[in-house]
Amino acid sequence: MAEVILKNICKIYDGGVLAVNNVNLHIRDREFMVLVGPSGCGKSTTLRMVAGLEEITSGQIKIGERVINDVPPKDRDIAMVFQNYALYPHMTVYDNMAFGLKLRKFKKADIDKRVREAADILGIHEYLHRRPKALSGGQRQRVAVGRAIVRKPEAFLFDEPLSNLDAKMRVQMRAEISKLHTQLETTMIYVTHDQIEAMTMGDRICVMKDGLIQQVDDPLTLYDNPANAFVAGFIGTPPMNFFRGMIIARDGKLVFHEETMEIPLLDEWKEKLEPYIDKKIIFGARPEDIGSEQAEKEPNSPKIKAQIEVAEPMGSETYLYLSTGTQSFIARVEAHKKARVGDKIELSIYLPKAHIFDSNTEKLIV
Amino acid sequence: MFKKYGTFSKVAKLLSLNIALALIAATLVLPFTWMILASVKTLEEIGLDSWLPRIFQWNNYADVFNVKGIMFGRWYWNSIFVASWVTFLQVFTSSLAAFSFSRLKWKGRDKVFLMYLGTMMLPGLVMMIPNYQNMIRFGLINTYPGLILPAAFSAFGTFLMRQFMMNIPHSLDEAAEIDGASKWELYWNVILPLSRPAIVTLTIFSFMGNYNSMFWPLVMMKSPDKYTLPIGMLAFDSSQGQQTNLLMAAVAMSVIPMILIFVLMQKQLVKGIMLGGVKG
Ligand SMILES: Nc1ncnc2c1ncn2[C@@H]1O[C@H](COP(=O)(O)OP(=O)(O)OP(=O)(O)O)[C@@H](O)[C@H]1O
Ligand SMILES: [Mg+2]
Repeated sequence: MAEVILKNICKIYDGGVLAVNNVNLHIRDREFMVLVGPSGCGKSTTLRMVAGLEEITSGQIKIGERVINDVPPKDRDIAMVFQNYALYPHMTVYDNMAFGLKLRKFKKADIDKRVREAADILGIHEYLHRRPKALSGGQRQRVAVGRAIVRKPEAFLFDEPLSNLDAKMRVQMRAEISKLHTQLETTMIYVTHDQIEAMTMGDRICVMKDGLIQQVDDPLTLYDNPANAFVAGFIGTPPMNFFRGMIIARDGKLVFHEETMEIPLLDEWKEKLEPYIDKKIIFGARPEDIGSEQAEKEPNSPKIKAQIEVAEPMGSETYLYLSTGTQSFIARVEAHKKARVGDKIELSIYLPKAHIFDSNTEKLIV
Repeated sequence: MFKKYGTFSKVAKLLSLNIALALIAATLVLPFTWMILASVKTLEEIGLDSWLPRIFQWNNYADVFNVKGIMFGRWYWNSIFVASWVTFLQVFTSSLAAFSFSRLKWKGRDKVFLMYLGTMMLPGLVMMIPNYQNMIRFGLINTYPGLILPAAFSAFGTFLMRQFMMNIPHSLDEAAEIDGASKWELYWNVILPLSRPAIVTLTIFSFMGNYNSMFWPLVMMKSPDKYTLPIGMLAFDSSQGQQTNLLMAAVAMSVIPMILIFVLMQKQLVKGIMLGGVKG
């Protein structure tokens, strides 16, 4: 149990690749922190620097009170679970879990107790004497987690541990790791590119892109108040719709204007939007805020006309892929709404939950 | 059967292939058979046309141990002793070097490896004189270490082991490092056990190569009690006149260790590579 603090961390690889760019991150004691971002954004690199598998180019990492920049991995009191499990193929499950303890000269009885404890927690008792080869992917990953927990480290590091599993197994393991976190009360840092994993597991989520931290917040804050268009588009499925257009002032009101649509904007946004009059901006609205019950009920909701190109009934709801002629977007509507491909329909937008981003910096304006 | 393999021409093809293979197998086995049969003949019978001996002279095998000037038992032991040491040392040094060439990071590593490989291009005979001079310098002429040490390192073995180790996933090193393993513990507990197929292959090559080696022992060993089998065999032809039947009995016995090594090691090979702890 310890906090992990990254201060001005940079990583430049041998080839000159700037993989991590001045990252500052304070992971609290017992927190489940998820690092998420698209491929190549530097999340693995960040995690591996915490683990000590990658040298830190500049900056400082602290685990608890200790600066660990120059501490070898084995003395950092961390454990790591790898995407490809990295189990020792020639050892039994038992020996895989015991290996780290044996190297640390634990007593035999103590090792046995810890391994069996971990096996109980993970439900892998019956495989203890099998080799990894004789296990399914899910079982292997459980063993890999077991190998991490027998050591009772200060912090657990996970690098995409579920991405080799099938969809169903992934959902199950997701819940198990979350449960494990509650049970063990230990700091966990979890890397994934899957925003659903991030949303469902993280106490807080750190969204990265191109080696830079975009935003660190709890899942709902991230969802409701994204710091920029990238975060807004990355978190949530289907992703937020972006409409590129201009803000114009008309009769004392501000209006989002685009060739095929006009959306009168809320008065309370006026102050923040004034500098952007006659300038390009991005208007963002999530699929569930277009054509939803809440939007339709609100009498002042602006409407947009669009043609249905594809309708995807999910059972509980239906995703409509629409086009206004110049802009495509997705609406998440009630499952039994009458909608046929080719129909032209009018949908309301629930403005209080919509966002406007600067078109150059992509930063959130309102 | 015809139904299973389809048309007649297919069957003919299969048949001719099998006959060809059988012929090749026969040409390989025939000399061996001749040797075994000759080893139980009398000396006079050897030159005759008949392959089969009139009476099986099994006592030839016992006689080999009693020929004057021939220390067959002693040479047998010497050969096994030397070949075993060479094999053990070669596997050890090659795997250790391969570990360094494949899993440790150091400057110029791959260049050094290429240079090391380059030594394989030199014919063995070129090395003979410098090696011999070194052995004189170390005072190792006519000793077992003098026979064993120059053969204890193998560029080929290093190459073989390195290529194999390159395919062991690096995440295992990282997992072991986090588990607290030193480089030596990584080598000993993880990489070496996983390299078993390569070790087995190298063991076979190395043992056979050295058990059969002739030239270096011939140069090194002066006193007859230190001979290995290949040099010792020469004595059958010279000292007591030609005793081909006894020579054949001696050769037949001398191949036993190689056959044993092969049989034992092959079992290990089949046990095989037990990867699977890593998603491939
Ligand atoms: N050993 C290396 N040498 C040079 N560049 C590297 C090395 N490892 C990673 N990189 C580069 O650093 C950047 C970040 O890589 P990193 O592995 O951290 O990404 P990631 O966010 O984990 O992506 P993914 O989701 O694909 O695993 C990438 O541009 C990558 O090409
Ligand atoms: Mg990664």
